[in-house]
Amino acid sequence: MSDYPQNPSWPIVDRRRFLTRSAQAAGAVSLIGLLLGAYGEQAESRPIGALRPPGALAEEDFLGACVRCGLCVRGCPYDTLKLATFGTSIATGTPYFVARDVPCYMCEDIPCVAACPTDALSKRLSDIRDADMGVAVVTGTDTCYSINGIAHCQACYLACPIKDEAITMEMKQDGNRIYFEPTVHRDKCTGCGKCEKNCVVEEAAIKVLPRALIRHDLGLRVT
Amino acid sequence: MLEVNPPPVAARSLWQRQRWLLLRRTTQVGLLALFLLGPWFDIWWVKGNLAASRWFDLVPLEDPYIALQSLFATHHLTRTAAVGSVLIASFYWLVGGRVYCSWVCPVNVITDVAHWCRERLHLPPGWRPQRALRGWLLGMTLLVSALSGGIAWELVNPVTMVQRALVFGMGAAWAIVAAVFLFDLLVSRRGWCGHLCPVGAFYGLLGRQSALRIAADKREACTDCGDCFRVCPEPHVITPALRGSGVDTRLVLSGDCTNCGRCIDVCADDVFKFTLRPTYTGDGRATTVDSIPHS
Repeated sequence: MSDYPQNPSWPIVDRRRFLTRSAQAAGAVSLIGLLLGAYGEQAESRPIGALRPPGALAEEDFLGACVRCGLCVRGCPYDTLKLATFGTSIATGTPYFVARDVPCYMCEDIPCVAACPTDALSKRLSDIRDADMGVAVVTGTDTCYSINGIAHCQACYLACPIKDEAITMEMKQDGNRIYFEPTVHRDKCTGCGKCEKNCVVEEAAIKVLPRALIRHDLGLRVT
Repeated sequence: MLEVNPPPVAARSLWQRQRWLLLRRTTQVGLLALFLLGPWFDIWWVKGNLAASRWFDLVPLEDPYIALQSLFATHHLTRTAAVGSVLIASFYWLVGGRVYCSWVCPVNVITDVAHWCRERLHLPPGWRPQRALRGWLLGMTLLVSALSGGIAWELVNPVTMVQRALVFGMGAAWAIVAAVFLFDLLVSRRGWCGHLCPVGAFYGLLGRQSALRIAADKREACTDCGDCFRVCPEPHVITPALRGSGVDTRLVLSGDCTNCGRCIDVCADDVFKFTLRPTYTGDGRATTVDSIPHS
């Protein structure tokens, strides 16, 4: 060590100590990196009930585009949108809505998309009727008043902003019984959730689900 | 009357001793208040949060570090995002990148309180990782963004999370506040802001060439009391400016300096001052090299 150039005001950095500390730092960085990566993977699997605003990119791209600024939330005149808080299973700070609480009212000028500074809500969506937030599905065929003949309920049909196109009431026959079945037409449904919001059954009998969950590649209609 | 230790000729007023701290806290709170005007009082001068915002329905601002991660996640930069990022980057490029840390960031208040408690409790420094660690963390967040396709650090970033919690709703963000506080109190002295936070690392790099600088302008007057080193969140930045000799610059040139101005507050000998780097003339001044003590 005696021939090692020494500056009296600086301690000599011991090589072993330097290597140990470097290894510690590298370890810490790798660990945090891995945890972050794993957490990110988990954040991509959003709960089914949490819908993205209109125009949202596919979830993978969305998480690389959305800066979690909340300008879409401020743009929404109906307080539909919320920002996910830390501790929920939706990526922290990203916008979502729960149709049963407050659905999307499908504003014609799409103010949430206009407010988005990063195109996470894509400006390519110019007609709100092209929005694809999900697809309504009659999940409660055993509870729906209309299907089961409890009442001549048309709550979902009446609530639908694309009435007679996205939802129709189809007359069906079951033996001697005639009933009307709410029928969703997937190519028209935007997933706004007004049907789910207005369903009178305690646990909504019609729900908006992510389109990816439902086979749509055959172009079939829900029956 | 026996007076062993007469007070200095001109005692410094409370204002002189706390000026920059007060201005800094006012700025931090004031900026947060502007963001809260909308949600609390329905006065929408500014919408959004520290990640991105829109002022007076006209001017977009965006955090360039988040924009950078978004680019690494292979998302294109919109014109709005580019304008916002350039505005923010230019501002900090001029006034010092880590001005963001000490004058804007809400986590700074939390870690400053933790440090204050730590000093009162006389706790040992604890874990002291390498200075470079936060730089590596910065690189890691960009790498994870690129690999995962998501904006990686925003999943856990306490800076935006705390501010977003206040402006948009708390959730479990208090846990992040508690974690950062406890980390700085019990695990590592000035640990979060000084060693880990990649946001600070980013803004530190951004402000390396900044015009606004602290200068140890009257370093000959230094009495070696050590007050500035004790109060500085990044003490290593002071040494070259204060202890340098002859033609060495008196400017604090490290990008780690947060321009918090605490050294100006605490120095009883008025050694430090804010200055503009391009017009600073102090470096040409003749110095009495012998009078400067060396350790």
